[in-house]
Amino acid sequence: MAVANNELEKVIIQSVLEELAKKGLLPSKGKDHVMSSAMQDTPLYSNTSSEEMVTFPPLDEMQISKPFNADAVKAMKKSTPARIGIGRAGARPKTMSWLRFLADHAVAQDAVFLDVSDEFLKQNNLMTVQSAVTSKDEFLTRPDLGRRLSEEAVKTITEKCEKNVQVQILVVDGLSSTAIEANIPDLLPALMQGLKSAGIKVGAPFFVKYGRVWVQDPIANLVKADVIVSLIGERPGLGTAESLSAYMIYQPNEKTVEADRTVVSNIHKGGIPPAEAGAHLSDVVQQILTAKASGVKFNQQK
Amino acid sequence: MILKAKVYSKIFAFKSLKEVMAKANEEKSGDELVGIAATSASERVAAKLVLSNLTLEDIYNNPVIPYEEDEVTRAIYDGLNLRIYQEIKSWTVGHLREYILEHKTSGDDLAHISRGLTSEMIAAVAKLMSTMDLVYGSKKMRIHSHCNTTLGVPGTLAFRCQPNHPTDNVEGILAAMKEGLSYGSGDAVIGINPVEDNVETVTRLLEMVKNFMTKWEIPTQNCVLAHVTTQMKAIEKGAPVDLVFQSIAGTQKANDAFGVNAAILDEAFDLIQRKGTATGPNLMYFETGQGSEVSLDAHLGVDMMTLESRTYGYARKYHPFMTNNVSGFIGPETIYSGREVLRADLEDLFMGKLHGLPMGIAPCYTNHMKMDQNDQEMGTLLCAMAGSNFFMGVAGGDDVMLSYQDTSFHDDASTREILGLRPLPEFEKWLEKMGILENGLLTERAGDPSIFDK
Repeated sequence: MAVANNELEKVIIQSVLEELAKKGLLPSKGKDHVMSSAMQDTPLYSNTSSEEMVTFPPLDEMQISKPFNADAVKAMKKSTPARIGIGRAGARPKTMSWLRFLADHAVAQDAVFLDVSDEFLKQNNLMTVQSAVTSKDEFLTRPDLGRRLSEEAVKTITEKCEKNVQVQILVVDGLSSTAIEANIPDLLPALMQGLKSAGIKVGAPFFVKYGRVWVQDPIANLVKADVIVSLIGERPGLGTAESLSAYMIYQPNEKTVEADRTVVSNIHKGGIPPAEAGAHLSDVVQQILTAKASGVKFNQQK
Repeated sequence: MILKAKVYSKIFAFKSLKEVMAKANEEKSGDELVGIAATSASERVAAKLVLSNLTLEDIYNNPVIPYEEDEVTRAIYDGLNLRIYQEIKSWTVGHLREYILEHKTSGDDLAHISRGLTSEMIAAVAKLMSTMDLVYGSKKMRIHSHCNTTLGVPGTLAFRCQPNHPTDNVEGILAAMKEGLSYGSGDAVIGINPVEDNVETVTRLLEMVKNFMTKWEIPTQNCVLAHVTTQMKAIEKGAPVDLVFQSIAGTQKANDAFGVNAAILDEAFDLIQRKGTATGPNLMYFETGQGSEVSLDAHLGVDMMTLESRTYGYARKYHPFMTNNVSGFIGPETIYSGREVLRADLEDLFMGKLHGLPMGIAPCYTNHMKMDQNDQEMGTLLCAMAGSNFFMGVAGGDDVMLSYQDTSFHDDASTREILGLRPLPEFEKWLEKMGILENGLLTERAGDPSIFDK
């Protein structure tokens, strides 16, 4: 998990250092800056064109200074993703485990608080509509508004989307913009291709900003689709911020409840890889169309 | 009952005690989501002013949810000592605040009036208190409980070792448990949240912890935090259980959503007394948290803080060994920021203690809140100064099963050192015997889970 984040961690640390340098908090050129004894001889900042950069040591590196049984520590670390065997400075964490924790939290927070970029949406041909939410703060504190569409969204969908399709796919930011940007480029084409080769009529996918799972219900009614698939960013953990879920619903109405939705979660490169997930989802959608039901009712028919 | 107040040139009128209680709260996103929060800073102060002038009798006569309609209200009123209530019913809430803070009022005095206070009265007085008031008042109250060992001994700070694993892997849980013990965490309980809520998993984990406790002669208690009914089935089948756990809330409707009610809790309490492995007499463990009723849509228009207080009123009937909040776990729609979490944690600690509960705190947060580790550590230190009986202990502060952040094994040991607090006495002796602790400080050997692997 954290190993998979290594590249991201590097980028984050580099950009933090650059910011600090800009603010004059670090020497911007000249002598190497030494952070701590643990990192001696490691240049903290030289210049941006250099290939050298600071990063975290491998997770399996021994952090306990004099382990009683080093093999046992190694075996224990393999048995759990929990942060064990990380050593200490006094009773406090060592510098590297503290900074690694900060980096993991930073990645998670950025996934929640940063938006999916306009450039990304353009590259992936996704039209954008917005829920009834007007800001990120409101999105987080008013789940009710994230389930509804703005008036403008209703108008856009009514005017621009194809109606009476069998399947409509939505890309929804939810709680992780990172999950969208990391998975959609592989996931969406695989899913579209699977459905199209099965001869299923699919509307052009579009993006819902500040959306919650339930926003699929009013959209289903506007485009008159049999099945709506929402590809939505999950709440990030410290382990990964890239996890995405697919929520599928067959012909929702005002009586629809949580249990009527079919969910496939844990889609990310460390879980169900996105391309594989696309193929799998295409199968599930076809089964839902045949069963004319989703969620618990769908499971009972299987 | 005067429900109108003038703050300088502005007059504010309120319709009910319930409205005053909600509007007197410090800002929290959940009260705003429900639409019951004060709409201006002046209105908030006006509500506090009205509240300060109400008598305890006014509050007694106006429960926020009627007695006939709600089991939690009934538990609160049925458990009240009416003689003590009669002695203090003419006090205003403002007077109660000053009584609590007076030098001459001792912890024993507070334990005495506690028997005559309803949960709404306790919430009301906490609404008039600042951060330091809450710490000052909480510190006076030291509540003991006994299961296998004694929790709440003056000068001590205990921890629940929480070695959760995303797939309930026994080796992985054991590894995190050893890590925690090697930092001195685990004297309150070794308590595991299982992923799979079934008798087989629960029994396997209970036996694993119990065997480890026996082998290494560790003076503590075990607990697996599955649904209470699963634990009851496990006990009936002979699983070794020291403490029975359940999450509870402040309305009957919310408890229904948790699948629990007084009849089930009564049965569980009876069962653990007859078939549990621990000495007792305190054999229950409850978790609570501001906002759970909001997220379950079961708040009935009552503010989160008052509902949390009612949860403590519900809990006290069962004389729990330990109770802690997880207010920071519920999400930003109920508690948005580090500032709101800190406030909730101090309120919960104070309200729980004034109910006579052996309170601990989980100063925790999720990744979709505006809170970070610095806020979390401030909350931990404040609650420790306020005399929290215990905190959690999670490897590196990162719970890999529940996906949230809580006090780490490092924080546990550090907090003890910073404030000169010690582990529970029996556990400290064990730590010394194991060579983990010496004169209250971690030794060279500490922080190494492999000391249990010869």
